[in-house]
Parts: sequence; structure tokens; C-alpha cells
Amino acid sequence: MLDNTQIERIEPTPVNSAKVRQPMYAARKKIFPKRASGSFRQFKWLVMAVTLGIYYLTPWLRWDRGSFSPNQAVLLDVANRRFYFFFIEIWPQEFYYVAGLLVMAGVGLFLITSTVGRAWCGYTCPQTVWVDLFLVVERAIEGDRNARIKLDAGLWTPRKLVLRVSKHAIWLIIGALTGGAWIFYFGDAPSLLGELFTGTAAPVAYITVAVLTATTYTFGGLMREQVCTYMCPWPRIQAAMLDESSLTVTYNDWRGEPRSRHAKKVQAAGQSVGDCVDCNACVAVCPMGIDIRDGQQLECITCALCIDACDGVMDKLGRERGLISYATLSDYDANMMLATAGGSSSVNPSLVRTDDGLFSDRVAHFHIRKIFRPRTYVYIAMWSLIGLGLLYSLLTRDRLEINVLHDRNPQFVTLSDGSIRNGYTVKLLNMIPEPRTIVVTMQGLEGADMVVVGDDIPAGRSFAIPVEPDRLKMLRVFVRQPADQIRAPAQTFKFRVEDRASFESNEYTATFNAPETAR
Amino acid sequence: MSSDHIDEVSGISTTGHEWDGIRELNNPLPRWWVITFYMTIVWAIGYTIAYPAWPLLHSATKGVLGYSSRNEVKNELSAAEAAKGKYVAAIESKSVSEIAADDTLREFAVAAGAAAFKVNCVQCHGSGAQGSKGFPNLNDDDWLWGGEVDQIQQTIAHGIRFASDPATRLSEMPAFGDIITADQIKQVSTYVASLSGTVGDQSLVAPGAKVFAENCVACHGDNAKGNKELGAPDLTDAIWLYGSGEAAIAAQVTAPKQGVMPAWGARLGETKVKELAVYIHSLGGGE
Repeated sequence: MLDNTQIERIEPTPVNSAKVRQPMYAARKKIFPKRASGSFRQFKWLVMAVTLGIYYLTPWLRWDRGSFSPNQAVLLDVANRRFYFFFIEIWPQEFYYVAGLLVMAGVGLFLITSTVGRAWCGYTCPQTVWVDLFLVVERAIEGDRNARIKLDAGLWTPRKLVLRVSKHAIWLIIGALTGGAWIFYFGDAPSLLGELFTGTAAPVAYITVAVLTATTYTFGGLMREQVCTYMCPWPRIQAAMLDESSLTVTYNDWRGEPRSRHAKKVQAAGQSVGDCVDCNACVAVCPMGIDIRDGQQLECITCALCIDACDGVMDKLGRERGLISYATLSDYDANMMLATAGGSSSVNPSLVRTDDGLFSDRVAHFHIRKIFRPRTYVYIAMWSLIGLGLLYSLLTRDRLEINVLHDRNPQFVTLSDGSIRNGYTVKLLNMIPEPRTIVVTMQGLEGADMVVVGDDIPAGRSFAIPVEPDRLKMLRVFVRQPADQIRAPAQTFKFRVEDRASFESNEYTATFNAPETAR
Repeated sequence: MSSDHIDEVSGISTTGHEWDGIRELNNPLPRWWVITFYMTIVWAIGYTIAYPAWPLLHSATKGVLGYSSRNEVKNELSAAEAAKGKYVAAIESKSVSEIAADDTLREFAVAAGAAAFKVNCVQCHGSGAQGSKGFPNLNDDDWLWGGEVDQIQQTIAHGIRFASDPATRLSEMPAFGDIITADQIKQVSTYVASLSGTVGDQSLVAPGAKVFAENCVACHGDNAKGNKELGAPDLTDAIWLYGSGEAAIAAQVTAPKQGVMPAWGARLGETKVKELAVYIHSLGGGE
């Protein structure tokens, strides 16, 4: 008989051992942001009003462009491939203006992010604005944080059902209004509105409204902070743009730690205590559900609501505001060095204060000059240069253009009298919303004349032709030169277009081909 | 696969693999991601039921919606045919000169004719209708049988020297090698070349003119301007189907080449021929 200590012990681990077993998925941890109040909250209301106002009202602005063009101030006319923005009209080949604006937007985001951190995320991103709007609805119907937590945990009573159904219904209405407003940018808003309700709008309009209703409802109502945390690439890119001089929402643990809910008791025991009373107000208001006191986090969109929450608490306690504040990393580091006596101890808030309880002179405070550093100026310069370049190009762009396509097959035709003929496809672009008579003239190519196919214009070196407003006119033009005038197998000459009323003109240098033997 | 290795810092188990001392945390997936993943599977199953999907021995499952890409193409083609129908009907009922006078119909006919030309005509006349030696250039203003749009239609429909079509264009230049002497051929060639400005041996021009008057004027005319009724070319212009210069002219006088163009009327139908005629006429040389 063996003793049980003599049995050989083997230690395999079952693959689904309870010790290591993990759920296949992680349920979302529900967030119930509390209503914040304070100056940042006020500012966010203002930004929300402005951005939503721009989004919903812009398609309804009118702009008179005469009788030949739509009178909607901002219109993406996809069917006719025109983009209207107040006094600017863009043809498809001028789309580089939009590309230029996108580059400006990119550089602008670099500028904003490197100076004031993720301000785009915190204040103006549509995701943030719409989530804020959806939260307003949620609070109005279900109450503030505690009421919502209670409701969520509670049983499904008729009251809960009514509240939930009405919340989701209003969310869906907001979603539909959002999707509805979007399509007005692509058509005449008043008539499109009528068509939408009479069922006569294009199917793509209904599909767009349906898709955008669904995405607005899902992203703004259901997914919320998960969009920022999981789906959006921008937080990752922005993180790379921050440096030690960028403003970020910061918990100043150099004055807050050690935090305590029982400050007096601790102080009586002779220990130092920081300003943080561990009330968790900053966590409760956070729409991302994080604790800013854990330091900079990817999830933080710097909406600054925790600053408002904390400032309110500090006011009540009669302490200085700014326990949570916008601060640069270099200021924060300097203050931390101060509070930890050069990193040799844990945070001792008494080190940053004088004997009468005020902040010592050595505490670094933010000053606007700190965010102006070489890279700030480089970004401002780049942004302005691109902007000025675009503006210059826009103000000097041509509204009368000519494009010429030379026939390649055959390159030339010998006619019975020995003269040589070349064919050209000539495109006249009248890029203003007025009809014009455009004069086309040949310059160079001695002795040659031209005829327009299918038109009664007599052969000559110049002809005038009407072009419809805001349209391209395509002509087939045959140019013919007598054999004895031909100087080379390839001669260049110019097509010149002119509007004699406005004195606008443009030129195109074309080639005239002839056989080697024609001279 | 789970492993019993727990990361010390985060307290989260790892996948159990190690690369240069780096381990991967085994964080659970977000629920919405998992739900989306399962939804794609459900979608895929539904899709394979609704649409042709599973391969069988000789074909594949048909799918309950009855979709097939061949049918889709067929529908698109018939829709395109239907869209063209009104123009095709108008072309059928109108004469080529009426079609050429109507802007919309002409545009349609030119596009349709260009497509038909690329399939049927480029082999001889070239992709730009520029022709080559022995094959006329259709861009120029020199027409053996006439460059009016209805004359072009006639030529396309019935061909030239195309024996099996009774209405074909017929002309045959005799081989003068058997009729006149070699000297006379040299004289008349020099004379004909001089008509379009090529100056050869001046002493041959006057006898050449006499030979021409005796043998050639019947078809080519007193002034050598040709005759479109007979397909006799204009000998005074710059365009030479079989080559310019005395040697080429002499060869053509001695033993003429007789180009043949097939009759297309029976093969392409009247509508296509009309479209081709309007297209050819639009190339810039039409009269």
C-alpha cells in the first residue's frame, strides 16, 4: 500500500478551468452621466446650439443666382454635378478646392489638438453633440443619474415601459430629423420636403433618411461612448499630436492627493491631506464613464464636464477652483516635482502651499503664451498659406474655358485639292449662370480656316456661337490648311475663346498634323 | 484557448504565446462586436438560401429569390433595346437624308453607325476610316461613287463589283496593256500625272493628251474629272487610290486593280446600313 504522499502528482490545467475561464464577450458597463453645471457646460450648450443650428438651417438659406441656377445657398447638385456655396459655384474639375479645404481642416485639427488638446472631440464632434442631445432627452424623461440607475435596475413596470418607449421614440424622431436634414443639402429643400411627405421623392432620398436615422439612433442613443473608444481612429491619431505644452484636462494630484473623505480626522492624526474629498462627482458626470484621477486616458474626450463638477465642489468647500483643470504636462510635471520634493516622496500637498494656506509662488500656473511654441506658428503659417492660396486661386479662376481634343485617328486627312484637314473636338465651358455668346478665333497656322460640323457657320478663322448658361458646349471643328502653306509635319496654333461682353478670354494651344510629303 | 498565465501588471490572463518576451493579453471582445459577428453568420446563411450559392455536381443551388446574373444582363440588354426602340423605329421609317437633317436622330445614328463600323468595316477601311492603298479613305472629300448620304447608303447596301448582288455598283476599267502600246501608256501616264501638278517629261504630255482623248474620256470625261455614275475617279485631284505618280498610274492603266466591296444590306439590315451611311457622311468628307 502506498501512502497518499507517494502518489505521483501531475498538474494539468483543464482548458476551461474555472480559474482561467473568461467570458466570450464583455458586456458594456452602463454609464449614467449626471447633469453637470458650470462654465464649460454653458459653453457646450452654446456650441451645441450653433452646430445643430448650422446643420439644420443651412439648406433653407436662399441665395439669388439669377433665373438659370438654383437659389439654394448651399447645394450639392449631384445630378448636374455642380456644388453651390453662397457666391461660389464649383464644377467637378474644380473639386480640388474641396480637397484644399480638407487639407486646411487637417492642419486646423493639428493646430487645435497641439494647443488645446482634443477640443474637437469634446465640443464639436457630431458624435459628442448628438450624444449630448440624446442625453438631454434621456434626463428629461427618466431623470438624472440616480433616478436612471434605479429605473434601469428596477423591474419592468408599466411606468418603466412608458418612459423607455417615449425615450426611444424621441430618439428615433431626432434620428429621422437628422437624416431628413441631410438630404436637403442635395436637392431644393422646400420642394424636397413636399416630395418627402407626398411619397414622390426619389427612392435614394428615403433610403438615405432611413440609413441616417438608424445610424444616428444607434450611435447617439445606443452606442455612445463606445463609438469613441472602439470605432473612432481619431483618438489614436490625436494622441500622437499632444506634447508637453498641449492643454489637456488634468487632475492635479499635486494638490489633490492624498485624497480623503475624512480630512479632519486624518489631519487630526497629524497626516497631510489633499484637496480631493473623493466625492466622485467627476466620475459621475463623465459621459465616457472614466475617472480622470487615473490620469490621461484614451477614452477622455476632454469635454471638461469633470472640471465643472469639481469646481462646484471646491466652491462649496471654499477651496480654490482647478483641482481638475486644463493644464499642460510641463506645468503639471513642475508642480508634481514641487509636491513630491523632487520625486523623493509621495505627494505632500503642504509643499505647494505657504503657511497661510495659499499656493506657493513656485506653483506653475497656465498662461496662454505657453501654448504658443514653434509648432503652433508652423501650423498657423501652413493653415493660412493654404487658405490664402485657395482664396487667391478662387478669386482669379477662369469662368470661361476651352478644352480641345485633337483627332488621333486619322491624324490628318488629305483632301482632293491637296490641302490637309485636321479634326478637333472643342469644348467650350461657360461657367457662369448667364447665357453668353462666345467668339472662337484661330491664331497662327497661316492660310488655314475652320468649319464647325453640323452648323451653318461659313468657313473662316473666327466664329461666334451661343453657349447656354452654366453649361459645356461640344463642337466638332475641322481645320484645313492649303498644301502650299504647310510649314512642318506638326505646327502649333491657338484656339482663343473670348466673351466680348465681359472681356474674359482663354486660350488653348493645339497641334496641326500634316504628312511629311505635303510640303 | 486559455492558458493559466496571468499578466502581473493587469491581472488579465494572456493568450499563452510569447514573442521575444512579449505576451498578448486575452481581453474579452466587446459584446457589440460579438453580436455583429454572429449577425454576419446569420446573414450569410440567409444569403445562401436567397441567392445561388451552394455548388452541386452540375450546377448550383438556385436560391429562393430566383436571381441569376445572366437574367440580369438579359434584362439590362432588353431595357437598353427598349430605350433605343423609338430611335430605331424612326430610323427605319425615314430616309437617310431625313435622318441626317434631324439633330437627335443624326446623333443617335452616328453613335450606332460608329459601333457598327468598328465591327464590320475597320478590317479594310481602318479604325479611323482612313483607308490605305486600294481601300478608300472615307474622311476625305473624294468619292468614286458619290458622297451624298443616300449614295453612300447605296454603296454600303449593295457593294462594289460584288457579283452576287444584282444592284451592285459595277464598273470595270479595261486593261489597256492589251489595247494600246507601251509607249502610249507611258505618254498617257505622264499626261495624267501632269493634271495634278506632277511635271514629268514635257515632250510626252501632248501625245499623252491625244491618247487620253482617244481612249479615256468616255469614262473619265473630257476634263479628266471622272464620273461618279460610272465610279470613274477624278484624275486631277490629290487623292490616288492605287498610288500617285507616273509609275503607279502606268501600272493601273496596263492592268487595273479592281477593288471589291461586299454588299452589306442583306447582312446588316436596312437600319444598320442607314446608320453606317449617316456615320460615314459625318466623318467630314460627305457632300
